[in-house]
Amino acid sequence: MRTALYILTTLAVIGLAFWAYRENYATQAALNEVDTLHADIRAAHSRLAVLKAEWAYLNRPDRLRDLVDLNFDRLGLLPLRPEQFGHVDEIAFPAPPLPPVTDAVETSGTLSAEDRP
Amino acid sequence: MTRTPLRPLARILPARAAGENPDAIERENTARRHAEMHSQMRARAEGRLLVLGVFFLAAFLTVGLRMGLLATSEPFEPRASVQGAAISALRADIVDRNGRLLATNFETHALYAQPPQMIDPAGAARGLAAIFDDLDEKELLEDFTGKRKFLWIKRKISPEQMQAVHELGDPGLLFGPRDMRLYPNGALAAHVLGGASFGKEGVSAAEVIGVAGVEKQFDDYLRDPANAGQPLRLSLDLTVQAAAEEVLYGGMKLMNAKGATSVLMDVHTGEVVSVVSLPDFDPNNRPRPATTGDQSDSPLFNRSVQGVYELGSVFKIFAAAQAVDLGLVSPSTEIDTSGPMKVGGFRIGEFRNKDYGTLSVGDIIVHSSNRGTGRLALQIGAERQQEFLKSLGFFEATPFEIVEAQGGKPLLPDRWTELSSVTISYGHGLSTSPMHLAAGYATLANGGYKVEPTILKQSVPQRGPRVISESAASAARDMLRKVVTDGTASMAEVPGYAVGGKTGTADKPKPRGGYYEDKVIATFATVFPAHDPKYALVVTLDEPVETSGDKPRRTAGWTAVPIAAEMIGRVAPLLGLRPGVEPKSLADITLTRSN
Repeated sequence: MRTALYILTTLAVIGLAFWAYRENYATQAALNEVDTLHADIRAAHSRLAVLKAEWAYLNRPDRLRDLVDLNFDRLGLLPLRPEQFGHVDEIAFPAPPLPPVTDAVETSGTLSAEDRP
Repeated sequence: MTRTPLRPLARILPARAAGENPDAIERENTARRHAEMHSQMRARAEGRLLVLGVFFLAAFLTVGLRMGLLATSEPFEPRASVQGAAISALRADIVDRNGRLLATNFETHALYAQPPQMIDPAGAARGLAAIFDDLDEKELLEDFTGKRKFLWIKRKISPEQMQAVHELGDPGLLFGPRDMRLYPNGALAAHVLGGASFGKEGVSAAEVIGVAGVEKQFDDYLRDPANAGQPLRLSLDLTVQAAAEEVLYGGMKLMNAKGATSVLMDVHTGEVVSVVSLPDFDPNNRPRPATTGDQSDSPLFNRSVQGVYELGSVFKIFAAAQAVDLGLVSPSTEIDTSGPMKVGGFRIGEFRNKDYGTLSVGDIIVHSSNRGTGRLALQIGAERQQEFLKSLGFFEATPFEIVEAQGGKPLLPDRWTELSSVTISYGHGLSTSPMHLAAGYATLANGGYKVEPTILKQSVPQRGPRVISESAASAARDMLRKVVTDGTASMAEVPGYAVGGKTGTADKPKPRGGYYEDKVIATFATVFPAHDPKYALVVTLDEPVETSGDKPRRTAGWTAVPIAAEMIGRVAPLLGLRPGVEPKSLADITLTRSN
C-alpha cells in the first residue's frame, strides 16, 4: 500500500513537472507573440499618423484650389454661392395626367427611301 | 531521565551512623541537580540562538543576492502586463470643428556627429557640405578635427537626406529620432496655431514645445500623456477659414491695404469660426520676430487680437442701443444734429463738414452722424456709458484662448471726461481690437447676452449676463439693417442674407500724436441675417485706398464693405445658411393686447 502511494506520488510529481515545463514554454511563446503584436501596433499607428498627415497635406485648400483651376475645363467647379440654392417657386407643378385613350385611331404608312435602314 | 532523590537512604543511614550531618548530603545533591538543569537550559538556548542565526543569515543572504542580481542585471519591462489606458508620448493633434487636421506630428531624424569615432573627417565634411547647401565645409572640418566630442549638425532632415548621409558611411555621423510638428495646411490659420519648436534636446528624443497661438496656450494639455492622443478640437472651420483668407487676401490687394483682418463669430456660442490676419506666415517655418521697426508690420503680428485700433463709427450703434435700452429715446426720436457743437472746448464736426439737421435716432446711425451720437452720449452720461462698455468687455483683453490675446489690452482715456464720452460714442479715444468689436456686435445680435469669443468648439450656446434688453437689441439690429438698405453700407447687400452692419473709418494716429490725413483704418462690422442673426463678422483694413474713381477713396463704405459682402456670399453657404426671405416689418399693426 505504502509502495503504491510512493509510486503514485512520484508519478504525480513527474507529471506536474512536465506540465509546468510546458506551460512555461507556452507562456514564453505567448509573451513573444504579444511583443510582436505590440511592435506591429506601434508600427501601424505611426504609419497611420503619417498617412493622416499626408492625406491632410494632399487635401490642403491651396492645393485643391489649384487643382480645381487646372481642371476647370473638365470639372467646371466653382465656389458655392447663395444663388445655387434652389427656391420652391423654381419647381414646376406636376404635369396634368394624360386622359385615357378612348378612341384609338389606326395609322399606317411607308418609310421614305432615306429613312430606311 | 532518572530522578535521584535528594536524601537517598543509602547514604543518609551510614552518615548518621558516622555522626555526620545528613543535610550536607541533601545540599550536595541539590547543588548537583541545579548544575544539571543549568547546563540543559544553556544547551537549549544555544540551540535557539543557532537557529535564529541561521535564519538571519539566510534572510540577509537572500536580500543581498537579490540586490546583487538587480544591480548587475539589465533592466527589462514586465512583459505579461495588461495594456491599460493607453499612454501617448506624442504631442496631441489639433483639429478643426469637423475633425480635419490642423497640426500633427511627423517623424524625422536629427543628425549629430561624434568626431572621436570618425574615420575620415575631411571626407565627411566634404560630403555633408555637398548634401546640405547651408553647411560650410571648412567650419565642419574645424569642428570634426577639434576637441569637440559631440555636436549637432542638423535638427531636422528629410528621409532622402538621411539616406545620402548614410551613404557617406562614416561611423561618427549618427541619427537621433525627432518628432517634428507639422502643419499640413501651410499658412492657413497660422496666427491661431502659432507654431512649435524644440525644447530640451537629447540624442534619442526631443521635447516639442509650443511657441505661440493655441500651441502655447494649451501646451500643458497637448503634452499631457494622460490625454492618450485625444486631439484638441478648435471652433475653426477649415473650409470657411480657407474661403475667408482667399477673399480677404484678394480684397486687401484690390484695396491696396497693407494689412487686413477679419473675425467671424457665432453670436450664440461665441465660437470663432474663422479669424484671419494678413499678412500671415507659414507656421512650419515660423519667421523670427522683428527686432527693428514696427512690430505691427511683422507677419507674426496678429491684427485680430493684438491690433488695438480706434475703430471709428462702428461704435455708434452701442451709444444708440444704450440710449434705447435706458428708455431715453426710441429709434424714431428726433435729435438735432446741426452744428456748431462744442464739448470741453473742442468742436465736434461731421464727415466732410456736412450738416444733417434734425434726424431720428435710426437715421443718425444710417447717416453716421458724429454730433447725433455725441448728443446721445451726453444724455446717457459718462458713468453709465463706461459701465455699459465695460459690461460688453471693452475694458479688458479678450478671453480668446491664444497667448497673443492677452497682449490686446484696450487703450482707455486716463480721465473719462465729457469730451471722451462724446468722442468714444463715435469710436475715437477708445482703442480696441477687432475681436472685441465682434464680441460686442454678437451681444447685440443674440438678444443682449454677453458672449466671450472662444477658439474651442462648444456644444451649447453661451448665456452670459444680460447686457441690454431684448427690445433694445432688436431695435439696434433694425438700425444696422437700415445702414445697409439706405445708408453708408449699400454695397453690403447680399441677396437672401439680410446683412445688417455699420461702417467705420478712423484716421490712423501718428506715433507722436495727432492723426494722419491720408491713412485710415476702415472697418465694417456686421451681423447676418439681421432678423435672426447667426453670425457676426468684422472686416478691418489697414490703410486701404480705392483708386477706381477720380479721387482716391478711403472710406469703409468703398473698401471694407464690398470685401465683407463678398465674404458673406462665400462663407454663408459653407456655414449651411440658406438664403431666406426677410420678413417684412409689421409697420402699421401694433399689438396692444394678446388675449
